[in-house]
Amino acid sequence: MVQPTIEETRLSTEQAIQTYRTGARISDVDALVVDGFSVYYETDSGTVKACDDVTFTLKQGERFALVGESGSGKTTLAMGLMRLTRPPGHIAKGSATLNGRDLTTLSDEEMRKTRLSELALVPQGAMNSLNPVMRIERQIIDGILDHLGDDDESPTKDELDETVRDLLTRVGLRPGVARLFPHELSGGMKQRVAMAIGISLRPRLIVADEPTSALDVVVQRQIMQTLGRLQEGLDASIMLVGHDMGLVAQFADTIGVMYAGKLVEVGPVEEVFSDPKHPYTKLLIRSLPSLQEKREFLGIPGLPPQLIDLPVGCAFADRCPSRFEKCNEVTPQTQDLGGRRETACHLYGDEAKS
Amino acid sequence: MSTFLELDHVTKTFGNDGMFGKGQITVAVDDVSLSIDEDEASITTVAGESGSGKTTLSRLLLGSHVPTDGRMLYRGKDFTKLTNRERRNFRREIQPIFQDPFESYNPFYKVDHVLDAPIKNFKLASSDREKKRMIEDALEMVGLLPGETLGRFPHQLSGGQRQRIMVARALLLKPRVILADEPVSMVDASLRATILDSIRRLNRDLGISVVYVTHDLTTAYQISDNLMIMYRGAVVEAGTVDEVIPNPQHPYTQLLIESIPQPDPKNRWGSEPPQQNWDTSDTEIAGCRFADRCSAVMDNCRTTVPEQYLINEHQMTRCFLHEEKGVMENPDITSTFQTESETIKAVPADMSI
Repeated sequence: MVQPTIEETRLSTEQAIQTYRTGARISDVDALVVDGFSVYYETDSGTVKACDDVTFTLKQGERFALVGESGSGKTTLAMGLMRLTRPPGHIAKGSATLNGRDLTTLSDEEMRKTRLSELALVPQGAMNSLNPVMRIERQIIDGILDHLGDDDESPTKDELDETVRDLLTRVGLRPGVARLFPHELSGGMKQRVAMAIGISLRPRLIVADEPTSALDVVVQRQIMQTLGRLQEGLDASIMLVGHDMGLVAQFADTIGVMYAGKLVEVGPVEEVFSDPKHPYTKLLIRSLPSLQEKREFLGIPGLPPQLIDLPVGCAFADRCPSRFEKCNEVTPQTQDLGGRRETACHLYGDEAKS
Repeated sequence: MSTFLELDHVTKTFGNDGMFGKGQITVAVDDVSLSIDEDEASITTVAGESGSGKTTLSRLLLGSHVPTDGRMLYRGKDFTKLTNRERRNFRREIQPIFQDPFESYNPFYKVDHVLDAPIKNFKLASSDREKKRMIEDALEMVGLLPGETLGRFPHQLSGGQRQRIMVARALLLKPRVILADEPVSMVDASLRATILDSIRRLNRDLGISVVYVTHDLTTAYQISDNLMIMYRGAVVEAGTVDEVIPNPQHPYTQLLIESIPQPDPKNRWGSEPPQQNWDTSDTEIAGCRFADRCSAVMDNCRTTVPEQYLINEHQMTRCFLHEEKGVMENPDITSTFQTESETIKAVPADMSI
């Protein structure tokens, strides 16, 4: 298997990183290096490879978006990185190195301390993740006290109150919200509280799993723009998980496309949208409805394969308009296409001509 | 032209000022007049954010809410005076499709159940053979193979297939109007197309009018003929999609269209818009409800409620910026709609790259 080693990945991305995002600061420092990361579910009827052999690197300050349809493994990957996979799921192999420490080898207690302080999650449907019988301030403070490092001094009550006020203001809420209960807030406000908890210990990486999926367009835009502002302020990296390609285009620097548990394409968001390489990415982008012109809807014919019974060769082959013989025989390896672009498809690289 | 359903200055409020005092009153639908014609089948989108009243409006249309003020007419007859028979007929002629294809099924029954039940309830078939044929026809109409769908349990089908069965269920009753409340918001983008396409085919091939309730203006633009934008109960802008989407006139519609995440990384959002202030109740606001978020707010916006101004034949708005255009004579907002459903330029759907 020709996976690029971590050193090679680093070399290929060492050049100056360009982005169209105004005022963006992406440094050359690797924040997260994911290598061969796999999460499997052991079931009575076999092993489900929900996330299989995923490799990518996230730079400090970079906004990385992971897209794919339901069941493609994007949430499994994000939860796996947080070490929040529930049995029968487990991290089968691979590593995920955040600021030099491999998360997969940490003890449960070390991982618990790492969460929130270095690696924060803004969960899917965050509006339902707040405790309904606890005031907002208590929920923020609980998170802070629970995840402080062992060496950190316990803050005083005044310091905590000040922190809560500061956090709420930074996510665009008035400080008075601290004394309210979740049911007194709108969906967008609850999502802002979830973000305030997420950034309370100044994490290095924020994992945002569909943070706006149940919100209206205007609120969605406000939340995403607030999230972006917070991330730039902390100089943190973001991994955005979602299926809304429009949101990804508006927000991300880099996009990773997942299909049937595998990462099939990675690249800078502008280039992937203007010139997608993998046939799945091409169809995905073509199926997006536009506000500029009316046309027939183009779906992607067929359904994704069952992860428990993956076909031999490329998992997308049966739906792929560019399929040729090799696709049903050999699993495509990730090809480095240069310019920070990669794809796992037999149409590219030395394997192309059969 | 005969009118199927007409709303005449309909207002719906929630909340109480009775026993439990101090109740805040929410004006969910505020003085809306519209009509649904049955000879000219069209697709009309009702769009707006959560709390804009779009779901309340659709419940009024389904007859499951009674207007607080104003009249609702079914084929010219006041809705409150319908006989049982007429009411039953009304319930057959307007069919809902709901948001969540996962919750509209009982997981213990095979999917056949949702198709059998309406036939039984409305006694549509005289024999089992006829019933079977009707179900198969309806499934084929929405692009499903009866052999691959019937006899299965809901969990064995994808979200897209489940939602299309719901469309087929609505079809069995030969309705005049289908009311689809966010039919695709819970389904994957790649499956959205097939569902919207089957809804559009019903309109074109079977002449069924569709009311499409959504907050997604992109799909609205793609499938509908007409559009109405709601904000805190009021219809702030209405007209044909070809007028409204490229030239939105109300500042709220402009904000809404600007905020759509366009799948174009080179064309990103502008600065962060102001948040909505939910602290003032609807009855406390004297003027335009959008005034506190509006970038073009003027003095009279805070004191007076704007009328419906006619911008052109196919577009109206409730905004003082267009006061000089004059108040609409006919309060029925659907009078700005396109009377003949426009055929959309069809591009052959070939999947080659």
